[in-house]
Amino acid sequence: MSRTRTAHGKGRASLTEETTELILPSRIEAIKDAASAAAQFIERAGLEADAAFGIDLAVREAVTNAIIHGNCQDEAKTVEVRLKSSEHLIEITVHDEGEGFDPGEVPDPTDSQNLLKANGRGMLFMRTFMDEVEWSHHPEGGTVVRMVKRV
Amino acid sequence: MAELSIKERQAGDVTILDMDGKVTIGEGSVALRTAIRRLLEENKKKILLNLGKVGYIDSSGIGELVSSYTAINKENGQLKLLNLTTKLKDLLGITKLLTVFDVYENESDALSSYK
Repeated sequence: MSRTRTAHGKGRASLTEETTELILPSRIEAIKDAASAAAQFIERAGLEADAAFGIDLAVREAVTNAIIHGNCQDEAKTVEVRLKSSEHLIEITVHDEGEGFDPGEVPDPTDSQNLLKANGRGMLFMRTFMDEVEWSHHPEGGTVVRMVKRV
Repeated sequence: MAELSIKERQAGDVTILDMDGKVTIGEGSVALRTAIRRLLEENKKKILLNLGKVGYIDSSGIGELVSSYTAINKENGQLKLLNLTTKLKDLLGITKLLTVFDVYENESDALSSYK
């Protein structure tokens, strides 16, 4: 399910203003749908390819975490994704219905003892490709990750 | 169309997997895992992944490369990587995995490196 509002920015170098909201089921297949919607959103906003790749990957990783770790693939739970572009900013929030976690407790995947682990690199990619990434508890329950890319 | 196509060819005792598509959570990662598991069952332990046509990979896909590497090492085999795209090289750099994988830009160099 998605809802889109669009308004065109005035400055030549600015991004197109738009807000798109997605409500996704907690299934692995929905990750592809979120990534595809994000890629189209980024293209409409007018971002250059390198930044677009990083944002696309960050959305994919955030939604993967929400579906797998947050909602534990419980199909009774949903993930809400909000993609917002304004003049010089892309802001993305991903809200799950999980119990939450402490980002400081997540092991550093680049530590030599963790290099050969199969998991745990998603947050690193989110932090690498976005300018701001923060996790918080939503007042109505669940975890929200908010990511910002300045352009 | 499948997210990831994997074609197998043999060069001496090295098995080359020519991969084309995306290695992401779900279909792509599972396709790679299945292919590696099958090669190990067939006792093919010298494996070269040609990633030149892999345009997209996520943390799950990177994790699958690591799992493949550890599974093959456990069987006393060797996994090497060929033709990394710039994006994939960047991601392996960010995760410090370029220090783990043996990476080649030229197929004949890669093949002659196997013991």
